Amino acid sequence: MKAITWEKKDLLGLEDLSKEEIELILSTAESFKEVSTRDIKKVPALRGKTVLNLFYEPSTRTRVSFEVAAKRLSADVINIAVESSSVKKGETLVDTGRNIQALKADIVVVRHGSSGAPAMLAQHLDISVVNAGDGWHEHPTQALLDIFTLKEKIGHIEGLKVAIVGDIAHSRVARSNIWGLTKLGAKVTVCAPALIIPPAMEELGVVVTNNIDEAIEEADAVNVLRMQFERDSETAFPNHLAYFKEFGITEERLKKAKKDIIVMHPGPINRGIEISSEVADGPSSVILEQVTNGIAVRMAVLFLVAQGQEIKK
Amino acid sequence: MSILVKNGHIVDPANSIDEVKDILIEGAQISKVASNLAASAETVIDAKGKIVIPGLVDMHVHLREPGRENKETVASGTRAALKGGVTSVLAMPNTEPAIDCEELVESLKNIIKDTAHNNVYICAAITKGRLGQELVEIGKVKKNGVIAISDDGASVDNDVLFLKALKQVKREDLLVICHCEDKALSGQGVVNLGLTSTRLGLRGISKKSEYKRIERDIKLAESVGAKIHIAHVSCAESVELIAKAKRKGVRVSAETAPHYFALSEEAVWGFDTNKKMNPPLRSKDDVLAIKEGLKSGAIDAIASDHAPHTQNEKDIEFDRAEFGVTGLETTLSVTITELVDNGVLSWPQAITKLALKPAQILGINKGQLSKGSDADIVVVDPQKEWIATKESLVSKSKNSAFLNRRLKGVVEYVICAGAIAYKA
Repeated sequence: MKAITWEKKDLLGLEDLSKEEIELILSTAESFKEVSTRDIKKVPALRGKTVLNLFYEPSTRTRVSFEVAAKRLSADVINIAVESSSVKKGETLVDTGRNIQALKADIVVVRHGSSGAPAMLAQHLDISVVNAGDGWHEHPTQALLDIFTLKEKIGHIEGLKVAIVGDIAHSRVARSNIWGLTKLGAKVTVCAPALIIPPAMEELGVVVTNNIDEAIEEADAVNVLRMQFERDSETAFPNHLAYFKEFGITEERLKKAKKDIIVMHPGPINRGIEISSEVADGPSSVILEQVTNGIAVRMAVLFLVAQGQEIKK
Repeated sequence: MSILVKNGHIVDPANSIDEVKDILIEGAQISKVASNLAASAETVIDAKGKIVIPGLVDMHVHLREPGRENKETVASGTRAALKGGVTSVLAMPNTEPAIDCEELVESLKNIIKDTAHNNVYICAAITKGRLGQELVEIGKVKKNGVIAISDDGASVDNDVLFLKALKQVKREDLLVICHCEDKALSGQGVVNLGLTSTRLGLRGISKKSEYKRIERDIKLAESVGAKIHIAHVSCAESVELIAKAKRKGVRVSAETAPHYFALSEEAVWGFDTNKKMNPPLRSKDDVLAIKEGLKSGAIDAIASDHAPHTQNEKDIEFDRAEFGVTGLETTLSVTITELVDNGVLSWPQAITKLALKPAQILGINKGQLSKGSDADIVVVDPQKEWIATKESLVSKSKNSAFLNRRLKGVVEYVICAGAIAYKA
């Protein structure tokens, strides 16, 4: 494998990354994973750096994961939660970004309801921008931790068959996983009720089906997404129970899949809607390991973008 | 005052001229067009190696005055127009307030008289406040000099009301310009529905929202024999419908904008809000269909849909940014670069789309270099290249979809009403 260095100041999405760059994040994460098992869970890699979490959408797990990751790298962390209602009347995102830059923060981790918001911020700022989820667009660190977990479990990504099930249209997790997995040579099948599959999905290089049994039949792993019933009333599935019956991941269903299939979920899980409790808590599930791996992956990302920023200077 | 434009290659489709000739302008009119004119004039412009064309007629321009003078004014917009070789514009009525009554037409006429740098024609709204509820007094605004009506930015959703408007328009022999969009279908969309909306995770605007409304408007216009013009055609299905209606003899004309033949939806993939407009950039196949439509004549005119917005309205999240791009200064160059240089249209065909046809559709005596006609003349260096930048654009707003793009064709002189109005 050819050695590469990270030269980007930002992480905006997996679409923008090469296979080698994704692999670099994964291998960097591997070496950071050990830190969290130490008695003193800290390395000085980002000592003296300031990481600012700017969250325009409520989020506990991603925000906390970034916070823990930054702290284990010895960075100082500041959390800002902006009420989405104030987006319209308050200062613009770019102005907020410029203020953060003026505070001499080094990395801003942004979660925003509008697709493309981190990309816009990155264009206007010299400091690093890490996308912690933008609209329905991308959630790169989530996909990276999903892929990291898969690789850890199976040993490789190339040639794997991965099913992504659920509300694909409104899922940034799905998009980032599609980019990441296909770049690394996995075969991706997406599965959702016909009405909520977005147009031209196949052109992203995936197989599309609305038959769940078909989707998981040969899969090495299934990534179960939250079903967002509240979003578009015109496209929503009739109700939770009907969805669970037709698409829910249950033990019954997994009997027809590969014996050692891996079940992932970005959380928070809705027991009895997209996944049964038995599966979520069962031997196939790696849901909590994903959370642990999230720290290592985010440590790697924060470390690399800080490095990329130095190179850019 | 007299001007002699010598040795230029004249492209004047109205008179089938496509060769080197001289033009003599006396007063505000063209007095002679001939080879080797042995006339003297106060001013002589040597146009050797240049193309000499009638001033462009841009039938879709948002000058923003009154109400949004921070985006553009009659003065700034018409100055931008001159730089782009545009000597006549049709000002769209979606101002604040909308141009929907005699008083507002009168006050706009006064602003134009006092501040415009070229010929500004007025398009009034179809409905009061462009709300689609109550018709403007069409006969009255026509008497005031309005030459077309449009609720541009919106379509009149109510079939009965739109039919009523068409009947009055027929009686008044006025033109209706149709913004064809079924909002029930386009909803909260911001980009083309399909690969782009899926890829970017943004809400999509279907082509159906456009062509279904074109289908309705054509049907209603046909039923009363009214004259309609379809604004900003962006997709293949629309071109097809318009071509079919024309074959049937429906009194329909259509325009497209430079971004619909020069850019496809891939241009939006970096979330550049200067590529956000309504209708949105469509697929490569649609771009091809637009070019074919221009070639076949299904699309009659090229108009900029010049839609200036402030930096603050564009430098925000993509889904919240305003729709629309500027175009007055780039229409001619983009047409030369994308259509003439690539052999899609010949020079005479291009000038037909940019000047002659829009003038004919609007019923104004422009877009030609006939003897006795208004001396609105543009001298273009067809080979010279330039790059549109925020600094080089003179419009108040800088939201061009062609920023930093190398374009061919530089306007060197603009003569408007017999006087040199712009010089590069």
